[in-house]
Amino acid sequence: MKRKERIDRGIKARCDDIYALLSLKEISYVVAPKVCFVLFILTIPLLKCFLGYYWERVFYLATLMAILAISWELLSYIGLISLGQAFVFGVGAYTSGILNINFHMPVLLSILLASVFGALICTLILFPASKIRGIYFAMITLCIPMFFSKMIEATEIFGGTSGISGVSSINNYYVEMYLAAFMLIGAFFCLRRLMSTDFGLLIRGIKDNEFSLMASGINIYKIKFFVIFLSSALGCFAGACMCHYYQFVGISAFSLDYSIIPLSCAILGGVDGFAGSLLGAFIVCPLSEMLRGFGTLRIVIYSILLIIFILLVPEGLFSYISRKYHQLERWKEI
Amino acid sequence: MWSLFFIYGLVNSAIILLQTAGFGLTFSISGIANFSYGALYIFSGIITYLLLSHGFSLCISIAISVLLTSFAGFLIYWLAIYRIRGMPLSEVIITFLLGVIIIESLRWKGFVTYEFTIPPILEGNIFIGSVPVDLQRVIIFFSALFLLIILYLFAHHTKIGLALRGVAQNEQTALCFGINTEFLSSISVMLGAGICAISANLILPLGIISVDSGYDVLLVAIAVTVVGGLGSSVGLFLASLIFGYIQTATTMFLSSKWIMVVYLFSIIAVLMIRPSGIMGKFKEIEERI
Repeated sequence: MKRKERIDRGIKARCDDIYALLSLKEISYVVAPKVCFVLFILTIPLLKCFLGYYWERVFYLATLMAILAISWELLSYIGLISLGQAFVFGVGAYTSGILNINFHMPVLLSILLASVFGALICTLILFPASKIRGIYFAMITLCIPMFFSKMIEATEIFGGTSGISGVSSINNYYVEMYLAAFMLIGAFFCLRRLMSTDFGLLIRGIKDNEFSLMASGINIYKIKFFVIFLSSALGCFAGACMCHYYQFVGISAFSLDYSIIPLSCAILGGVDGFAGSLLGAFIVCPLSEMLRGFGTLRIVIYSILLIIFILLVPEGLFSYISRKYHQLERWKEI
Repeated sequence: MWSLFFIYGLVNSAIILLQTAGFGLTFSISGIANFSYGALYIFSGIITYLLLSHGFSLCISIAISVLLTSFAGFLIYWLAIYRIRGMPLSEVIITFLLGVIIIESLRWKGFVTYEFTIPPILEGNIFIGSVPVDLQRVIIFFSALFLLIILYLFAHHTKIGLALRGVAQNEQTALCFGINTEFLSSISVMLGAGICAISANLILPLGIISVDSGYDVLLVAIAVTVVGGLGSSVGLFLASLIFGYIQTATTMFLSSKWIMVVYLFSIIAVLMIRPSGIMGKFKEIEERI
């Protein structure tokens, strides 16, 4: 009889400590994955002549979806599993479109303001709901974007079903691409940093046991408000960018797709320090573009793949890869 | 005017109760929120349509479609839900994705035009007072009542019904008494799917089989179950009455496009103010901070 045993690599054990600075090899072991990721994000927009315009655009959408997935994952850190990230996305898109069309703001300013004001609107709506958790929060967030899209349909505000068209775009290709890319890199590393501070410990504590945090004299509502605001700001930013990219915003911004995509990114990549959903986004978006040839069957294939993933690799792809990177596997006699 | 409002409100309540009963039953017994519910609803309607177009009689087609849909529920439990039982979110996601698969494959097969209908069981009208009501609606009303009585008797006076209620109250204790809880959970999903198929075959003759209405049915089921209080049968009854009259009032005084707005608004409002619903008791403390 044999069983598989997993132990940390030697270099991993050393690198957990100050000994990471011991030699170039150790330093590169720690830094290499992050550098690879940053280089990947920064070089792809430059490869326009190799990849072609179409795949550059797919990459741009993947970047935005990665930001949305990060905002989803941030919410999941305080125990709020959202099935309606489309709400945040749609509010960002609509705010930016209205600021641009009705108040004649320049594009970059309207994206910035949409991220802040959109996030305020989302927080005011999501915060009362954050008092419930688990499956109830999931149901409520599933309903909120549907409610808004039906509301716009029924009252015909903001252009009703025909939406707002003629939103101005960011004319410069590189500005557009790098705005999203730097936002993604910034959000990723800042949030990872935030999670390893004492404040991050409190954030994760809310998920585990709210009562004991309250008993320790910590105002959990302040923390929740902050996290929901931060997460909504990221989601609104993605929505605003998308609105200026399509030069149009309609009720499709509240559609179920934008709720499912961040979710499937997180499922595919695994919830593991934001890297999982990021990896997921850069797999899911190109994949769904490749499946476009199948027409309406696309979403069926997509759902089947997701189900297979949930059932067979519940930990997610990133956890699998990072296990291979950090640990040795060997067969042991028992 | 008012008698029209009263009678059609009652009929609409019966329709909503029928649409919701299966979802509520599964949830109250095994705690599984079967989000493929709307898809099963459409699935059974399409099966009846296909059997009818192959020359089977209406009764036989309905019977076969109910059996097949129940079996589909049974399969969904053992192939998907069984492996991830106890992780509510994964259950929701996986059943929802299964529903999407069913609905979108039906759309792909071309069941989107207006020619797909099921004939009603009895045609014709009767007059209640001065209000004309078609016989299919009368059948729906009485079968909703009948279903309530049957479900009550089944839950309180049969061995398997009692075992199901035992599982609903406490799964571990039920296990100690020698009840096979996994099997019973699969039975609950199956029963839910069966009731869903019955309601589909009764209600779909009122209109056309539209693939998109699958999502609406799911939404109605969630709305009524949430507002009534998850796992409370009295709440389910009350909530369907409330929604039935709200729906009738919205159609009569506003316009039908407001119905979904009203539904969604009531789900959101009830969940925010009182997450355990109007009649729910158990879950209030553990789900609210």
